Amino acid sequence: MIDYFKSVWAWFHTILIGMKITFTHLFSKKVTIQYPNERYPIPHNAKNRLQLYPDLCNGCMQCARVCPVQCIDVETIRVVPTDPDKPVMGDGTQRKLWVSVYDIDFAKCCFCGLCTTVCPTEAIKHTTDFEYSSYTREGLIYHFSAMSSEQVEQKKKLFEEWSAKEKAAKAGKVAEPSSVEKGEN
Amino acid sequence: METFNFLDKIIGESILSAVLSALLPLIFLIVYALIAILGELKISAWIQERLGPMRTGPYGILQPIAEVVKLLQKEDIVPTNANRLLFNLAPFVMFTGAFAGFAVIPFSPAFAPAHINLGLYYIFAVGAFAVIGIVMGGWASNNKYSLLGAMRSASQMISYEIPGALVVLTAAVLANSLDLQEISLAQSGPFWNWFLFGGPGPWTKIWVIPFTLLLSLIFMITSLAETNRTPFDIPEGESELVGGYHTEYSGMKFAMFFFAEYANMFIVASVLTIVFLGGWNSPFGEFMSGYFWGVFWFTSKAMFIVFLQIWLRWTLPRVRVDQLMFLGWKVLLPFALVCFIVLSLYRILY
Amino acid sequence: MTTRKFIDIDFSRIESDRMRLNVGPQHPSTHGVLRLEVELDGEVVTDVIPHIGYLHRCFEKIAENVTYPQVIPYVDRMDYVSSMNNELPYVMAVEKLMGIKVPDKVEYIRVIMSELNRIANHQIAIATFGLDAGAFTPFLYLFRDREYILWIFEKASGARLLFNYFWIGGLANDVYPTFKEDVLNIVKQVRKTNQEIERLLIYNKIFIDRTANVGILPADVAINYACSGPVLRGSGVQFDLRKNEPYSIYDRFDFEIPVGKGEVGTVGDSWDRNIVRMREIEQSCRIIEQAVEQMPNEGDVQQAIPKKVRPPKGEIYFRCENPKGELGFYIISDGKDKPYRVKARAPSFVNLSVLPEISRGYLFADLIVILGSIDIVLGEVDR
Ligand code: SF4
Ligand code: SF4
Repeated sequence: MIDYFKSVWAWFHTILIGMKITFTHLFSKKVTIQYPNERYPIPHNAKNRLQLYPDLCNGCMQCARVCPVQCIDVETIRVVPTDPDKPVMGDGTQRKLWVSVYDIDFAKCCFCGLCTTVCPTEAIKHTTDFEYSSYTREGLIYHFSAMSSEQVEQKKKLFEEWSAKEKAAKAGKVAEPSSVEKGEN
Repeated sequence: METFNFLDKIIGESILSAVLSALLPLIFLIVYALIAILGELKISAWIQERLGPMRTGPYGILQPIAEVVKLLQKEDIVPTNANRLLFNLAPFVMFTGAFAGFAVIPFSPAFAPAHINLGLYYIFAVGAFAVIGIVMGGWASNNKYSLLGAMRSASQMISYEIPGALVVLTAAVLANSLDLQEISLAQSGPFWNWFLFGGPGPWTKIWVIPFTLLLSLIFMITSLAETNRTPFDIPEGESELVGGYHTEYSGMKFAMFFFAEYANMFIVASVLTIVFLGGWNSPFGEFMSGYFWGVFWFTSKAMFIVFLQIWLRWTLPRVRVDQLMFLGWKVLLPFALVCFIVLSLYRILY
Repeated sequence: MTTRKFIDIDFSRIESDRMRLNVGPQHPSTHGVLRLEVELDGEVVTDVIPHIGYLHRCFEKIAENVTYPQVIPYVDRMDYVSSMNNELPYVMAVEKLMGIKVPDKVEYIRVIMSELNRIANHQIAIATFGLDAGAFTPFLYLFRDREYILWIFEKASGARLLFNYFWIGGLANDVYPTFKEDVLNIVKQVRKTNQEIERLLIYNKIFIDRTANVGILPADVAINYACSGPVLRGSGVQFDLRKNEPYSIYDRFDFEIPVGKGEVGTVGDSWDRNIVRMREIEQSCRIIEQAVEQMPNEGDVQQAIPKKVRPPKGEIYFRCENPKGELGFYIISDGKDKPYRVKARAPSFVNLSVLPEISRGYLFADLIVILGSIDIVLGEVDR
């Protein structure tokens, strides 16, 4: 009997305590914000969308190899000595490879940050941009290569001409590696 | 103050006044439901340290309208193996039951849609409609979750009618009437004349105040159970039964259930107001009392009760079915019975 | 027999119709895509069959095809609410295999991070447990605090949930300068919220009635099912790898192992499992405070990172105390840069197996509460 009254009292009492707590919260400072208008600061090292700086990328493909989900697709063309452009990299050294394709599929990317740590030239970096959703899957594939398709065509042709010439010169002694290197994907 | 229906006074007792009398509560109900939905959204948000809806209109005050529009646009899905007739009928039965309750609510001494001298009895009778609607909907959905929800709801409502009815009976004994206007009239005067504080009488009535307070508490609890509000929302407990009896409902039919729930909340709140908080009486006696002020006092008291219900909802966990039965039969019923006997004796002796 | 039938009824032979109810994989309280096939007699649960595999992502097979450091992002995704704790046993296992000794500072940061993540995990566990019982408000209070913890993680590692922060031999990067103050502030805030939650939820009579004496797991059953973590400790068994088999630098700290005592019900009920988590948050706060105090400011967190992760031939099993229980990694190396085999012993999976045992005979509403008290994460159950 005493237990019965005790438990009835406990029901009543603890409910009142709970109501008191929630009532004080009714007037407390709100922690949510009006998101698109106000934002909480994102730390500068946040691992969000990746950004490639094409003039820094030397096409070494380390990022494509280290990516655990293989979402980076890199294709390169060798820069031939006869190239009229004589391209240089962002840091002034001679460019050895044209990066004709550099695609990142952000639908696959898991933002682990491995690619940014292996890159020797720091060409690929995380940005703090996280609002890049898209209605299509294709919209999430970013093409970072700075080269236009005509340029790529031209460079390919240059390379083919040059390699044919080399071949002729070496009289077929040395077999060239395949003309266009493919990315890991 | 005498009681009358002001529409009858103005246009005479005709069909027109009857129709208008029925329309007024409907308009009131719609406005109230929008306010209550907004209140629910905002109060829950504030309690949880959120801002709540902020986009639609200044401070999100148009949110309930947006919700209704959203529900109107939604596809009306009837599950393949559902019993179409009952499935479609259930929300309307439920809403009718809730709306019918408004017929006898005295908003002011000058206005109660229908003057019935069995008002309390009537409210309890049409309130039972909700069970039928829920069981219909739950069974017709052909969904096991709905069925479980409907079963729980039926047992819950039936067992909580009894302590609820006992409480109301006590009030009827105190007021000597089942007419809601009469009950309100019996508590006229300043707030210590309310039945919450033992009703009108000499200061020696002080010893009954604990009993009347307890009674109103009991009624508060039973009213939560009858409207399926937390902590007694087990028929729709979303963590177990997904949506309970309205799992399969979408669009406007879901909105009907939703409206009916809010209407029911107001009905039980107004019964509590009439029976214990003096109905349309001003708390300060003659000050600020009158036919118009009556509406004000009545709605604000009822809205306060609705606020309490919302507040409780966002504070408490949900009870379990057997605990609900325990509370209903072994706690509320004996306490209500004791209070009933004591107050009846008080009524006879004084 | 000639007895009159309607008098001499054997009630146990009356069979009411059993109802088979599919709970999940889309259900608000299965904590993910778990499917429970529940057999109900009225509302009484007579049998539960968990069906898993909806979130199976071939962790173990993928791990055989990627290099050792590349496994870490996948490890994160096993128990995604306590990723730091997942990374710890994996990197420590590989380090042990390679014989790497990491600097002191790394150890301290690792401990602080895992304890913070333990707090975050327990907060989610308590919050969702309250949600299963129908209380919505404590859920958001706890999530608010967890958010503050995630901010620290974000500032330190750049990610909020899946960090890839612990590397084999070190850390991805050093913590930021105001790290220590931030952590101490969080500890204060966590303690404050804990007190509030205790009053608002844990000692609420409705909550006690819902969870006490529900889903009682006796100590012997818990041990037989190889339960670990708060599920085991809730049954009164004092077993915590941080104490019993101290790894990393846990032997330097002074803390207790809270166990279920049956304060409001029976030892090993759902309430006990939950209160163990509450008390563990407090103990984690203590560890963090001590670790922050002892942590050296100087030191290069990357100095011990090997150039090439190529463990010698061999195998290792290494286990740590995850918030959910004992998380162990069994790694076989054949001397290449990719593991030959990585097997994870996932605490959620093992703990889930006890569910049918402890939920028979309770009401359907209790089943949800029991499931919540076990605190599973489907990413870890299915891997
Ligand atoms: S962040 Fe990780 S997953 Fe994304 S591209 Fe870089 S390596 Fe691949
Ligand atoms: S981004 Fe960096 S790692 Fe990737 S190909 Fe370019 S230079 Fe190499």
